[in-house]
Amino acid sequence: MSSLSNILVVLLLAGSIWFARVVSRDRYWCENASQLWRRRPIALIALALFVGIGLMDSIGWVGGTPGDDDVAALRSRTLIDRLFQPERFTEASYSAPLASVSFYGGQPLKHPGKHLLGTDILGRDVVYRTAKGVRVALLIGGFTSLIVIPIALLFGVSAGYFGKRIDDAVFFLMTVLASVPSLLLLIALVMVMGRGTLQVCVALGITGWVHFCRIARGETLKLREAEFVDAARALGVSDLTIIRRHVLPNIAHLIIITFALSFTGLVLAETILSYLGIGLEGSWGQMIDQARNELSRTPIIWWNLTGASLGLFALVLAVNMIADALRDIIDPRTRREGQ
Amino acid sequence: MSTPLLAVENLALTFPGEAGRIAVVDKVSLTIERGETLALVGESGCGKSLTALAIMRLLPKPGRIEASSRIEFDGRNLLELSVPEMRSIRGGAIGMIFQEPMTSLNPVTSVGRQVLEAVLLHEKVSRRAARERVIELFQMVGIPDARTRFDAYPHQLSGGLKQRVMIATAMAMRPRLLIADEPTTALDATIRAQILELLRQLSATTGTAVLLITHDFGVVNEIADRVAVMYAGMIVEEGSRRDLLGQPRHPYAQGLLKSIPRPEARGRRLEEIKGVVPRPGRWPPACRFAQRCPSAFERCQVELPQRTAVSPSQGAWCHLVEYEVHA
Repeated sequence: MSSLSNILVVLLLAGSIWFARVVSRDRYWCENASQLWRRRPIALIALALFVGIGLMDSIGWVGGTPGDDDVAALRSRTLIDRLFQPERFTEASYSAPLASVSFYGGQPLKHPGKHLLGTDILGRDVVYRTAKGVRVALLIGGFTSLIVIPIALLFGVSAGYFGKRIDDAVFFLMTVLASVPSLLLLIALVMVMGRGTLQVCVALGITGWVHFCRIARGETLKLREAEFVDAARALGVSDLTIIRRHVLPNIAHLIIITFALSFTGLVLAETILSYLGIGLEGSWGQMIDQARNELSRTPIIWWNLTGASLGLFALVLAVNMIADALRDIIDPRTRREGQ
Repeated sequence: MSTPLLAVENLALTFPGEAGRIAVVDKVSLTIERGETLALVGESGCGKSLTALAIMRLLPKPGRIEASSRIEFDGRNLLELSVPEMRSIRGGAIGMIFQEPMTSLNPVTSVGRQVLEAVLLHEKVSRRAARERVIELFQMVGIPDARTRFDAYPHQLSGGLKQRVMIATAMAMRPRLLIADEPTTALDATIRAQILELLRQLSATTGTAVLLITHDFGVVNEIADRVAVMYAGMIVEEGSRRDLLGQPRHPYAQGLLKSIPRPEARGRRLEEIKGVVPRPGRWPPACRFAQRCPSAFERCQVELPQRTAVSPSQGAWCHLVEYEVHA
């Protein structure tokens, strides 16, 4: 499992380097990238930080485990694990942020003043757990968006462009899916497929593509009648090329905005799934779910919730801000002159 | 005389209506010789744009070209070509310019790239060579700063420049026929003169024939060699520019020409053609202009007129003209 994740990280890095090289050759995309940097530097840094943590949490290997626990020694540990050393960096139970004695009982801690956000009920460091949640959130948001957007585009654009039977079929499918309560469908799918990351992403994808499909279909219907599409036909351009060159670029801003909205929406949706007990192991949703009971204690234990919420909030805000700026930049109709 | 470049024979276009299919264009025949400019004139809704689209086989659905029609281009019947063959004709041997330069360009792609794609679509050349071709084309259609304009987006160009880009796209493959659907309607007067001048010049230097669709006799007078006047889906009169503008024979053509404001008629009431164009499907069975014709008589209500040759270069579809000529 961990070797697969390592390979994926390498592929992802290689892919993004290749992508960056292709993009850097094109003046248009270079300009866009530098504009994005000028408009949203903080959001970009934040997102890069999240992605960096997520990647670091995906690279792992076996060995170098402290202590002499045989089972633990055989388990692969990621870079983040190695950085935080969670086996050593724990307490007996709750401790408040930066406290030097434990929350209940007041015994001296093993690492006094080192837990920036305290520890949870099992004595695990909250900063560490929040960092571990980053990868899950990115997986949920990114992977599901990668399922949703191609499906929605394929169905939406072909329905809008070709119309007739294809349109009828797609519309039927959308109506059926939309008439089933999505939460129930989601639970049913997870029950059937299991609770793995991939399964939850697929379940979220199946229930989530209808909305964007509808937008893509409507926009394509409009573009199909556009004069520049007529002009392209009069030039002898084939349907597929028209879709690729005239329809898709004209809904690119919608794709980006939808990607961001669905990304953030999905990260938030996972919280609800966790609340229902079908979320992913180690996600922020699960942390929040566990913190539910802690909020009713006196004195209140707030740091678990704070850690997860801060991560959630920062990620969602950063992605939304970037998407908003990107949409303004990419769409030449909203671009200001003389920049 | 060799075969004409384009010969449209008996073209009939129908759309589904409440009771069966309604002919929107009927029995239209026209020919264009190589290098010639034919102006197709008529009011809105008379079927002139549909005729042009039918030649490209781009008739919007659910329109249909009836089986009796023939469209022969350079000796090939366009209606029998396969879809890929037709695609290579479009933009290759036949180019087309649309009415609205504002919306005929993709707003999210630079104009140079759009012309580039047109070049690459029909010719196997490297991107670099194609780019040079586009810049040459831009210079040919009189776009200043062609090299920097390559990367401009449509919204950064004026209407006249956009229309020049459209012309460059249509001319990219040196088509033998250029169909221009009201190319100057959306432009203001000074730009219109420039664009017409450009079209005339291009036609003269490249030998491209032009099918110009317009409702403006000013445009006709500027660049047409021959003129065909359409009314309610049919051609009512055709002839050389000088004949038709000088001595129109069909009452509709006469009426149209009289309704142009002239400086010497200042202060007098402008003549008009009484009544309105009947809707497709409500057309009279015989001569379609009969209801509005000032000189209509009995026969006009019952029998569809045939073409009467007025002179070797002029013909009209009118019973009155028939009597006048044979009298």
